Amino acid sequence: MKLDRTAWLTLGLTFGVPLCLALLNQSTALSSALHVPTYVIALAGKYLCFAMLALAVDLVWGFAGILSLGHAAFFALGGYAMGMYLMRQIGTRGVYGNPMLPDFMVFLGWKELPWYWHGFEWFGFACFMVVLVPGILALVFGYLAFRSRVTGVYLSIITQALTYALLLAFFRNDMGFGGNNGMTDFKDILGFSVQADSTRSALLVISAMFLCGQYLVARYVVRSRFGKVLIAVRDTESRTRFLGYRPESYKLVVWVLSAIMAGIGGALYVPQVGIINPSEFAPANSIEAVIWVAVGGRGTLSGAILGAVIVNFGKTWFTGVLPEYWLYALGALFIFVTLCLPKGVMGLFGRRTA
Amino acid sequence: MSEADTLLYLDGVTVTFDGFRALNALSLYLEKGEMRAVIGPNGAGKTTMMDVITGRTRPDTGTVQFGVDTDLTKLDEPAIAALGIGRKFQKPTVFEPHTVWDNILLALAGDRRPRFSLWAKETADEKRRIESVLETVRLQEFRDKRGGDLSHGQKQWLEIGMLLAQEPQLLLVDEPVAGMTDAETEQTAELLREINKTRSVVVVEHDMAFVRALDVKVTVLHEGSVLSDGSIDHVSADPKVIEVYLGR
Repeated sequence: MKLDRTAWLTLGLTFGVPLCLALLNQSTALSSALHVPTYVIALAGKYLCFAMLALAVDLVWGFAGILSLGHAAFFALGGYAMGMYLMRQIGTRGVYGNPMLPDFMVFLGWKELPWYWHGFEWFGFACFMVVLVPGILALVFGYLAFRSRVTGVYLSIITQALTYALLLAFFRNDMGFGGNNGMTDFKDILGFSVQADSTRSALLVISAMFLCGQYLVARYVVRSRFGKVLIAVRDTESRTRFLGYRPESYKLVVWVLSAIMAGIGGALYVPQVGIINPSEFAPANSIEAVIWVAVGGRGTLSGAILGAVIVNFGKTWFTGVLPEYWLYALGALFIFVTLCLPKGVMGLFGRRTA
Repeated sequence: MSEADTLLYLDGVTVTFDGFRALNALSLYLEKGEMRAVIGPNGAGKTTMMDVITGRTRPDTGTVQFGVDTDLTKLDEPAIAALGIGRKFQKPTVFEPHTVWDNILLALAGDRRPRFSLWAKETADEKRRIESVLETVRLQEFRDKRGGDLSHGQKQWLEIGMLLAQEPQLLLVDEPVAGMTDAETEQTAELLREINKTRSVVVVEHDMAFVRALDVKVTVLHEGSVLSDGSIDHVSADPKVIEVYLGR
């Protein structure tokens, strides 16, 4: 696969900037003018995870025309799988000191670890679940939806319903995922303290690597013959059918891939922010992800990363200055981009292809 | 006509939409290698007939058979396309963001599954087949142009080219010359005759001059069934046809 200038620039910035931040955080003294504070590292790591979610949304929305308003659900499921591993790592260091049960289970008076928590003490198993759980959910949901030829706004509405249903389910204490409070108080990951500067820097660089990898995979997919069929399905679905293609299989493949990408983003997000709770399933989160993509430029991949970083940087700044008005600002931004920059920020550079 | 020579066989096909009979016990036979023009006023059932043959619409009753023993009413659109029935829409429908070359590439007969297309590389054989289709539809010099940037007539030809790339046994062509200039219409008639040398064709058309130029057997549809058929001169002289269609 040959990379063009946009691709090299995307990869260079996506990997280079976080790497520099991490190095400056690790190798300079606190007093140095060049020192990057750890909270910046944590923020940058969060942005990169959101960028993975944005990339996943762009892959299905930009190239297959599936406007998912529920993609944060896959992100959150990946996050929960990682959260379960991190909970099991706490061991006897929890408030109740129970070696098997996480604190919230002891609090609820549970005596035994539920069956679906077994295995999560192993990092490898948890990583497998990070891919498997969002993947299986997307497979079942996508199979039913695409086979029944649910498209357009109807599909968007049921994706929204999906994430809302999961939100309500994860709120319940009986589910065994910490209910309303979710999971937090993490101690370490693979033996490294999640609070340590060095772990945070390492997680940032690892997130950057995963984001670059996802970008390359997505770019390969959309530029392959598969991607050409996908774009054809996006614009003229019935024509592809009369050519002998089955649009539902194409959508299903890209939908599952996208869900897995979002899940990996969520799994990297949780150790860096230190908490996962049901609010990650909130419908508004998925809608925000769509706005990131629209701002960056739908159907460009690079734009999705750019949009996620720009909007979240804006959010961090704005919620610091005028916290009550953020949602208005976000709404205004969306209207502005739709009216004035239909191709997003990437449109300003005169390129639309990935 | 022996049964083995029949490519398409419609018998007693009825399609009802909310009580409206779009097709009313329609029967029609097409021989291998034949070109047939289907004419009729708006609402006569021409497009519905195409929908039934390509699997978009299921008939309420009747037989739709392809070749000797394939029941088309049991299959969906991709399966029917894979059997070798290609369809050109009334409004030219090409993949606008893709180049002319890629449009043909996607239409080339071959494996349609994602597991193939994810890893597929353009082979020398595919390149040769694309070249040959481009030559037939005279779009060689536009190969790198986006489908969306073509003129109306060029889009129609590209779509016919995509049909050819599918290597179908039967082409269904819906109003190919609507909106074309006289010169383009003439070229299209020539192109269809060329295609007909190796494949069977059904052309639905309003343009009588074009139908005359094709010089093939004509079937006149009216209210969902066949009103008359025969040569263009024969049907033009048929009083029933004059009354419902030509005479108005």
